Amino acid sequence: MRPFTYHRLVSDAERRTVLQSSGDAKYISGGMTLLPSMKLGLTVPSDLLDVTGLPGMRDISIEGRRVRIGAAVTHARIAEDAALRAICPAICDLARQIGDRHVRNRGTIGGSVANNDPAADYPAALLSLDASIQTETRSIAVADFLCGMFETALDEHELVTAISFEAPDAARYEKFPHPASGYAMAGVFIARTGGSYRTGITGASGQGAFRCADMERLLNAGAPVEEFASLGFDDLVIFEDRFGSRAYRENLIRVLAHRAAVHLRS
Amino acid sequence: MSDIELSINGKRVRRSVEDHQLLVSFLREDLGLTGTHVGCDTTQCGACVVSVDGATVKSCTMLAVQAHDTAVTTIEGVSSGATLHAVQDAFHRHHALQCGYCTAGLVITAIDLIEREGGQLTRETVAHTLKGNLCRCTGYQNIITAILDAAGCLSAPAQVAQ
Ligand SMILES: Cc1cc2nc3c(=O)[nH]c(=O)nc-3n(C[C@H](O)[C@H](O)[C@H](O)COP(=O)(O)OP(=O)(O)OC[C@H]3O[C@@H](n4cnc5c(N)ncnc54)[C@H](O)[C@@H]3O)c2cc1C
Ligand code: FES
Ligand code: FES
Repeated sequence: MRPFTYHRLVSDAERRTVLQSSGDAKYISGGMTLLPSMKLGLTVPSDLLDVTGLPGMRDISIEGRRVRIGAAVTHARIAEDAALRAICPAICDLARQIGDRHVRNRGTIGGSVANNDPAADYPAALLSLDASIQTETRSIAVADFLCGMFETALDEHELVTAISFEAPDAARYEKFPHPASGYAMAGVFIARTGGSYRTGITGASGQGAFRCADMERLLNAGAPVEEFASLGFDDLVIFEDRFGSRAYRENLIRVLAHRAAVHLRS
Repeated sequence: MSDIELSINGKRVRRSVEDHQLLVSFLREDLGLTGTHVGCDTTQCGACVVSVDGATVKSCTMLAVQAHDTAVTTIEGVSSGATLHAVQDAFHRHHALQCGYCTAGLVITAIDLIEREGGQLTRETVAHTLKGNLCRCTGYQNIITAILDAAGCLSAPAQVAQ
């Protein structure tokens, strides 16, 4: 790895000072994506700003049904948090399916959403939960935040501080992991609040995670799950590679949606 | 360079490290703790797993500076003197290794698994948990048996090596 200067941030004032005096600075949270790409020389930052010690970044708070998860909360914490499980178990189950236990112990929700990997798990949940991404200056609706493969609405050096959402009445995440990498070949998150459904689908599309209006219509109409077989994705760029054809991935989405819907209705 | 102070296998250590130095190279090269191995260097194989503040991590994907003020346990710290840890003993009895390259990471992972979830482990849950640890020799059967035995969860006594 190329040399760089590491800064363990403790305050926002310090963050701004370090950013002013450094060249090509990057934040580091869990490092599970950043360090492997630095080892490969894909990114060569002059300064790494460790954000995990900033105030509030590691807190989970729940007020009524409003959930706020600090950006530096690890996947392992999300998987195990009892209060979160009590109000939104689907997000805990999703976190438990990320990578392996060593990766979950370091990787964070903030790092994951800032990275917006088209095969990452959280984007599906956040779309379905209509989450907001909090930064140090603003709150961004997730639909505006996710701008396609590895792209987000973040300005340069804008810091994700928290993710927040209203807990749904019920939700379910179904994932088909790539057998080698463990990332989603497809993942479908469905949330129900007051009889109304929202979906989020990840892993399958070069546009990144997306909602599926047709699927939501079937769910809201209480259509028999067999009708999911008719769902089409012609208007989307669906991945087609040596791991799976377009038809295979489209079918995966239908099957996973079917499973999630059956679970939610039982 | 940064000054770091941490506990390694119960001993206080203070050192100056390059900011870009990985934890695994700090352990192996600066401290001579060569039980922790580097297999893939791409965060896949788990040969480099150590415990940091009670959580298993891949030390090839953590900076030494990030370990400042933590307590690290490596394979060198799990036995007490000549007495093997129960997991090491079970690996030995069940012949849960061949070349041994993956073993340090697996033992650290198994100890963590048993401490957190021991008592209710099944073949399936252990196999699932070992996803982050690749072994290229054994086919995992004996590794899983050893972990179940150390956890007191080996339900079929016939499977225990005599
Ligand atoms: C073996 C392996 C398997 C994996 N499997 C999965 C999987 O199945 N599903 C899945 O979803 N993910 C998976 N991941 C990715 C993992 O979840 C990462 O933890 C995550 O993508 C990045 O989070 P991080 O905290 O490690 O971020 P880092 O690696 O520290 O940072 C990632 C990027 O985000 C930026 N960043 C970090 N924090 C912030 C912030 N607060 N504000 C703004 N920018 C920020 C960094 O500058 C960097 O560009 C896997 C990773 C590995 C190594
Ligand atoms: S060497 Fe660290 S995961 Fe393979
Ligand atoms: S015993 Fe050889 S890699 Fe596991």
